Amino acid sequence: MMSRINEDQVKYVANLARLSFTDQEIKTFTTQLDDIIGFAEQLNELDTQGIEPTTHVLDMYNVMREDVVEPSLPREEALKNAPVQEDGQVKVPLIMEAD
Amino acid sequence: MSNFETVIGLEVHVELKTKTKAFCGCANQFGSEPNTNTCPICLGHPGVLPILNHEAVDYAIKAALALNCEISRETKFDRKNYFYPDNPKAYQISQFDQPIGRNGYIEIEIDGEKKRIGVHRLHLEEDAGKLNHLEDGSGSLVDFNRVGTPLIEIVSEADMRDPKEAYAYLEKLKAIMQYIDVSDVKMEEGSLRCDANISIRPYGQTTFGTKTELKNLNSFTFVEKGLAYEERRQERVLLSGGEVVQETRRYNDATKTTTVMRGKEGSDDYRYFPEPDIIKLKIDQEWIDRIQAEIPELPDARQKRYVEELGLPEYDAMVLTQTKTMSDFFQAAVAEGADAKLVSNWLMGDVSAYLNSKYMTIDQVPMKAKDLAKLVKLIEKGTISSKIAKKVFKDLIEKGGDPEEIVKAKGLVQISDEGALRDMLAPILEANKQSMIDYKNGKDRALGFLVGQVMKQTHGKANPKMVNKIILDEVNKL
Repeated sequence: MMSRINEDQVKYVANLARLSFTDQEIKTFTTQLDDIIGFAEQLNELDTQGIEPTTHVLDMYNVMREDVVEPSLPREEALKNAPVQEDGQVKVPLIMEAD
Repeated sequence: MSNFETVIGLEVHVELKTKTKAFCGCANQFGSEPNTNTCPICLGHPGVLPILNHEAVDYAIKAALALNCEISRETKFDRKNYFYPDNPKAYQISQFDQPIGRNGYIEIEIDGEKKRIGVHRLHLEEDAGKLNHLEDGSGSLVDFNRVGTPLIEIVSEADMRDPKEAYAYLEKLKAIMQYIDVSDVKMEEGSLRCDANISIRPYGQTTFGTKTELKNLNSFTFVEKGLAYEERRQERVLLSGGEVVQETRRYNDATKTTTVMRGKEGSDDYRYFPEPDIIKLKIDQEWIDRIQAEIPELPDARQKRYVEELGLPEYDAMVLTQTKTMSDFFQAAVAEGADAKLVSNWLMGDVSAYLNSKYMTIDQVPMKAKDLAKLVKLIEKGTISSKIAKKVFKDLIEKGGDPEEIVKAKGLVQISDEGALRDMLAPILEANKQSMIDYKNGKDRALGFLVGQVMKQTHGKANPKMVNKIILDEVNKL
């Protein structure tokens, strides 16, 4: 059966997600993603002619909250999972676009 | 004269001044201690459920209506996926194919010529956090207070043909947002941000040339200068036989040039898909009508009214309505019974000069509208001369207070009593008899000299019209 996805596509998506993989991993994910898409393709068996695309499964509209301030997390709590911190902020490697 | 036509489109982000963020109850507040306005929802923790802020939707509808947009009756939110440290969820909740507003316009005016600039779309989305790059290059610090605060993105049509039009569009857009009170629109605080797209093409060509995108435009002036530079750069490229490359360029104000930031190959692939956590919106006529009723008179309407009802020149009306604070001040002064044109002259002249020199706005000075109205009325009534008025004004704008009391306290009341003036003038004219004779013999300048002498000796308090009349009387008696 013709594969639905190739290694270049997996590498492209990995790059968008800023993930790096070994060649072996790329192979594994290519097979897995191919299987997942194959599974989803079963939907193609249904006739969807004339049916509006569904963007939400719940038949509800206009669920909103009032503009009222609620307590935020204490800073220590908010930053608890950040491995590197400085001056109450999360420290990350320098990322600047092509300077 | 250039052989090329310039085509400009702008993308503007406006931060909405709701009390809370777009999808959680954290405070939407500029200037808080870093990372003190966050919660599991805006930090993107697993399993949380964001809920849309009603007020943010109201503001977006209001802005769309004020920009003459059609409102989408049914709309949804989408996820825009990208990985960057300012965005802990790794996606931004935005609107992809069903923006709240479409097909609007903003009317601008350049040298008295009016032009409509199309608004392609307006949508609601959430802001990202703020990255502070460390000067030693060891990394960047992330403050998530801004993450999840509501923004509207306003995309213009590529209708502008000159950097000046881009400047005028931004000024008008800012004024409208101020009038409808949905944002602070302060570029220096980032509550209004702008990216610009520009291309050029030979006159007559109907397809667009290759465009570049400008970023780092931190003021309206930078937008205009950056575009003007880019216009010339693209022209040089084409005239030398080259091709404009589609890329993102950064404006550098120190050198007044633009430099490449990233090329097309780095262009984004956001893989939008419908946001499953946010329920769809239905915006019915009742909702639209309710918001429409909240929109106050906008700058264009005020401008028209100032010309038609108050008799102001077009130019005055345009300048006075540029900011809501100035326009409100003007209206309040006129409501106190002062002459509209005289108030306008003060506001556009001495008041603006003072405000510009102090980098202040009219609502930040102690002078109130009723006080300026009183000052204008004192001049109209002849209680003080316009020269004295300048002295009173200086006190008024710096310290505030009642102009009548300032005039009394300083003994600045104009002397208009003819008898008193004749007594005061007699010795002065006697001492300058030769000038009187010169004037009688046709030397016109001598009159100015005589009036000057009188003003000097009366410390500017003599009524100049009366002084003129008395001098002429006396000359005729010679």
